[in-house]
Amino acid sequence: MSGYSVTEPSSTQKWVAGVLVIGYALITLMPLLWILATGFKSSADSIAYPPKVTFQPTLEGYVNLFTTQTRQTPEYLDAHPPQTWYEEIVHDKGMVIAGPSRFGERFMNSVIIGFGSTFLSVFLGTLAAYAFSRYRIPLKDDLLFFILSTRMMPPIAVAIPIFLMFRNLGLSDTHTGMILLYTAVNLSLSVWLLKGFIDEIPREYEEAALIDGYTRFQAFTKVVLPQAATGIAATAIFCLIFAWNEYAFAVLLTSGTAQTAPPFIPTIIGNGGQDWPAVAAGATLFLLPVMVFTILLRKHLLRGITFGAVRK
Amino acid sequence: MAEVALKGVTKKFGSTVAVDDVTLTVEDGAFVVLLGPTGAGKTTMLRLISGLERPDAGDIVISGRSVIGETPAQRDVAMVFQQYSLYPHMSVRDNLAFPLRSPILRTPEDEIKRKIAEVAEVLHISHKLDNKATALSGGEMQRVSIGRALVRDPAIYLMDEPLSSLDAKLRADLRIELKRIQASLGATLLYVTHDQIEAMTMATHIGVLDEGKLVQFGAPRDIYENPVSLYVADRLGLPRINRLPADLFAGAPSGAKTIGLRPEHIQQGDGKPAKVVRVEHLGDQTRLHLDLDGHAVVTLSDAHTPLEPGDTLAIQPRNALYFDAAGARIA
Repeated sequence: MSGYSVTEPSSTQKWVAGVLVIGYALITLMPLLWILATGFKSSADSIAYPPKVTFQPTLEGYVNLFTTQTRQTPEYLDAHPPQTWYEEIVHDKGMVIAGPSRFGERFMNSVIIGFGSTFLSVFLGTLAAYAFSRYRIPLKDDLLFFILSTRMMPPIAVAIPIFLMFRNLGLSDTHTGMILLYTAVNLSLSVWLLKGFIDEIPREYEEAALIDGYTRFQAFTKVVLPQAATGIAATAIFCLIFAWNEYAFAVLLTSGTAQTAPPFIPTIIGNGGQDWPAVAAGATLFLLPVMVFTILLRKHLLRGITFGAVRK
Repeated sequence: MAEVALKGVTKKFGSTVAVDDVTLTVEDGAFVVLLGPTGAGKTTMLRLISGLERPDAGDIVISGRSVIGETPAQRDVAMVFQQYSLYPHMSVRDNLAFPLRSPILRTPEDEIKRKIAEVAEVLHISHKLDNKATALSGGEMQRVSIGRALVRDPAIYLMDEPLSSLDAKLRADLRIELKRIQASLGATLLYVTHDQIEAMTMATHIGVLDEGKLVQFGAPRDIYENPVSLYVADRLGLPRINRLPADLFAGAPSGAKTIGLRPEHIQQGDGKPAKVVRVEHLGDQTRLHLDLDGHAVVTLSDAHTPLEPGDTLAIQPRNALYFDAAGARIA
């Protein structure tokens, strides 16, 4: 809809607004740019003072991130010339690649646990929110308050019982365990957020669909879900950000097979000196999934905003 | 199309009785209008027939079969809601196709296309078919939602004040259009409104509801001329029926408490003198607001009446309606 603006802003006003927005964006994006740049610096450049803005980019940080290396004698190095570009990078430092690092695995663990628990939180949350929104449920308000109350203390406050429970159930250091834990933490948020969104959808739409010849479940999938897309997208982003960034439980409950990226990244620092480019490379890659996910769902979020505005 | 019957249907919400022991038959091909003020139970009756509510007592029969245990989809009814009727995430075309694509109808796509074109033509929305449902004006939205009912061939069309949110001109046009469509399809239609003009102009039968009870059912003319109670008499007629104490004029039957005087029941020129308080020229007619011994009376006069406020006009009843203390008609 157009025609609501009182006056069209002048070109000067647009310029000023544009400059302000770009300036603000630059300030807030500076740490991200710094991480991105550091990932492509050499070790020496990364700790240079004053900091280098222009530098010779190298993939050393990324190679260090993904591999484990051992120092070798010059004779050995001469006898085994590098075969690939990444072997060449480490060869120049007097090292050879001993094998892949654990970063790839840890990153995949983060993906599996983060997206798995997000899917489960949103799926269960949508069903529960719909039921709370539409059906007459005994003790509804008490149940809703109970669900909310699980978020009233920081999750880590129950770390010890959860640690013991997980150990007894054999859930320690498993993907299933972490997915269940993050889902349990996110579910209260998910139910409450989604209930708000579903409450906003008038029942008349479902009733119309029932009369139009659809079953209750079909009315839910064909009429309610598309209209709740905005809320589902927003909820999914919140759930993913929590599960993706979660550190305390990850440290406590995972050490091997199910360890996620957040507890792993700090351990990179220790591998022979302070390898800032490798840490920055890990941080950059760690940022990407949430960013891509948010950008993919952005369309839904924006459409949701205008959509609501037009109808009211 | 089919006959729909309610037999002793009662519906309560908590302690409020929304529909109270209603028995009513909508004959095949009839256009029945339920008339009553807000809260009279009109919408609840539609929801009971469509299956969105379950009655606490009584039976609902469509085409001779009891539908109490059936889902809305199985009952084969179409309903137009008062508002929020279009699926906002779909185009106008998909909105119209939605009932045809249901698992119950499973209409072939080429037939869907044909039916949509047909209905869009009738409702003048052909040029809007590819719009988003939210990119329509209020009048267009309501026409689309009527269209979504008309694409089907259900046992009965249920309409819940479909014209109430439209402007006067569009309402008048659609009123005539709806009546024409109903007549040409031979459709059975149950229509809820509180607008007496819609009731009088479209209905083959009117049912008047009062606090959940069906107080009178019959042809519009009959209900207008022979209301069973003061309440029913109040529902129809513009200006509204005048209420006067029965002893104001001689000749009231015994037990009469109130005289109901419609404008055509007031004979001008003889009888008691009344003072003209206000004269409203409406163009085709003129309304006279009179004061008769302290009682306000509104009646009609011809468009070019010379009467002015302050004048005196003698009036007396002619074939008036008489009601007892409880409001029931006695003569």
